[in-house]
Amino acid sequence: MKKVLEVKDLNVFFDTYKAEVQAVRGVSFDLHEKETLAIVGESGSGKSVTSQSIMKLIPMPPGKFAGGSIKFNGEELIDKSERQMEDIRGKEISMIFQDPMTSLNPTMTVGKQIAESLIKHQNMSKAQARKRGLELLELVGIPNPEARIDQYPHEYSGGMRQRGMIAIALACNPKVLIADEPTTALDVTIQAQILDLMRDLQDKVNTSIILITHDLGVVANAAHRVAVMYGGKIIETGTVDEIFYNPTHPYTWGLLGSMPDLEGDSDEELQAIPGTPPDLADPPKGCPFAARCPYAMKVCENHMPDYFELSDTQKSACWLLDERSPKVEPPESAKVGGSKRDEQ
Amino acid sequence: MGRYLIQRFGSMVVSLFFIVTITFILMQLAPGGPFASEKKIPPEIEQQMNEKYGLNDPLHIQYFNYLKDVAQWDFGPSFKYTGQSVNDIINRSFEYSLLLGLESIFLALSIGVFLGVIAALRHNTSVDYTAMVIAVLGISVPNFILAAALQYFFAMKLGVLPVARFDSFLHTILPAVALATTPMAFIARLMRSSMLDVLNSDYIKTAKAKGLNERVVTYRHALRNAIMPVVSYLGPLVVAILTGSFVIEEIFDIPGLGAEFVNSVTNRDYTVIMGTTVFFSALLLVSILLVDLLYTLIDPRIKFGKEGGKS
Ligand SMILES: Nc1ncnc2c1ncn2[C@@H]1O[C@H](COP(=O)(O)OP(=O)(O)OP(=O)(O)O)[C@@H](O)[C@H]1O
Ligand SMILES: [Mg+2]
Repeated sequence: MKKVLEVKDLNVFFDTYKAEVQAVRGVSFDLHEKETLAIVGESGSGKSVTSQSIMKLIPMPPGKFAGGSIKFNGEELIDKSERQMEDIRGKEISMIFQDPMTSLNPTMTVGKQIAESLIKHQNMSKAQARKRGLELLELVGIPNPEARIDQYPHEYSGGMRQRGMIAIALACNPKVLIADEPTTALDVTIQAQILDLMRDLQDKVNTSIILITHDLGVVANAAHRVAVMYGGKIIETGTVDEIFYNPTHPYTWGLLGSMPDLEGDSDEELQAIPGTPPDLADPPKGCPFAARCPYAMKVCENHMPDYFELSDTQKSACWLLDERSPKVEPPESAKVGGSKRDEQ
Repeated sequence: MGRYLIQRFGSMVVSLFFIVTITFILMQLAPGGPFASEKKIPPEIEQQMNEKYGLNDPLHIQYFNYLKDVAQWDFGPSFKYTGQSVNDIINRSFEYSLLLGLESIFLALSIGVFLGVIAALRHNTSVDYTAMVIAVLGISVPNFILAAALQYFFAMKLGVLPVARFDSFLHTILPAVALATTPMAFIARLMRSSMLDVLNSDYIKTAKAKGLNERVVTYRHALRNAIMPVVSYLGPLVVAILTGSFVIEEIFDIPGLGAEFVNSVTNRDYTVIMGTTVFFSALLLVSILLVDLLYTLIDPRIKFGKEGGKS
């Protein structure tokens, strides 16, 4: 499959007045056509910074690229000027944000907010943009678009606002859609609807999706591949099956262990991972997870491991995979019975 | 909307009623009478004057007469300027105050908003710091000191602007600047912090993610949302301009309503004091109503009479 997006060794730092925060440290991943890649990880692991870097929406200063490359359809984005990026944002790469309550402009009708990018990128007249806006609202499942198009965001419910956001993001049929926790702020039932909608639209408009979440339930439901981030690094990546059935990194085990079993038929306890994430202003020399890892060895504290390639698609950065390490079995809590995959 | 306006109008009438009543009571409580002055007036004459102006009637009669007159927008005769009614005085002097006030409001709003916006856009740069130093100075220097300083530099030292009076546009500049500076500085700070909030908000990120350029993002998306706190400040702004005008009109010798009010107090010109007070109050109530209407125009979330829609 064709690669739409290639991120290589991306480093994004922030100059704060106290120290340099190394939010993203050497992140690499590819995104293929029509694929959904999930990026999962705890709060502060650098998911949003990574995704916003792709659109160059990180405020600079204080942010800065400290090396790496972001190629979209083979073209380097890091070298592009702000002017050139404007032609890519919203047209080739779009983004939807976590909180639909705050990500729409409260003083502008939803119709106008959709029309803006159509007028900008597709040279539509106002009338044409309105017509297309109605189609888009219909497409994202907003009932009665004729009335809704002239309403303000506060007249929409939360789920409808997120649908509106999706309509805005998909207005110009972007190649890549970045969804930064698109369902976190919504009720469970609405969450499922929004995920269904995204999957549906992915087929219709042939978009690749980067889905950021810390909810593995969402991942199982919606993604093809998964990248697990921790402390500004991707520590394990693989297909959904690989990550769920053959996880190799203790942090991935921890994440799986902390995932609720929605069928609720087991008494197994939810295992929160003890400890706190590393301070990215002073990142540890070795593996960022070492301090919290029950299997940590001496080497982990001082040396970041390279990726061990477990298959064509699965890679993991953990010393346990080195042949010199003791053999460790994943804990019971990280074992995923059929139930966790198929729920919802 | 019609019902809302009627409601608002009703509550304005009630407020005015209380204001008239309270002013009336306060005037009765104040020691001395309208004809008390350094020169002793013969008692017979004072008696005659009191008779003429109805001051010998029982208090409640005086009060009801006054209410009746005010309801017809008639504030009675002046005690000091014989032959002139309070309405004459207001009509004559209000146009000066109105002109000065509008000019000051315009200055305060345009410069304040402008400074606030560029300070926010150039956050943490020298532009930001300069704008905020100006703002802090503007807030901390009282307007009568600023007025004197302006007169000294621009009128006496440089001689580019007239020192006082109110005969041409050039005459209006110094008093308007003196009157506008404090509210202007306040608006600049308000605008800066609200603009910074808005620029950090999610919907601005959404707008940028659509590929809109910075100018469009700033003017179409940020400004309208950021200006809300300034719109709510318009009410207090009108108050600041009104009260500021008492001092500024005195200093610049402008025959406006503010100066007239101050004079009436020193003259114990009862009817003028009460008339101007009621007039200022009415003006204020109307301005607040206008501000509220303006707010509903700018913010679609605010419906007439209630905040927030269904959400
Ligand atoms: N503007 C900024 N200035 C300084 N530090 C920043 C800035 N933006 C992000 N960071 C830091 O970068 C790190 C990664 O943040 P990021 O928002 O990418 O986390 P995240 O994985 O998206 O977390 P969440 O799940 O909470 O959204 C955090 O430590 C954060 O403090
Ligand atoms: Mg985030």
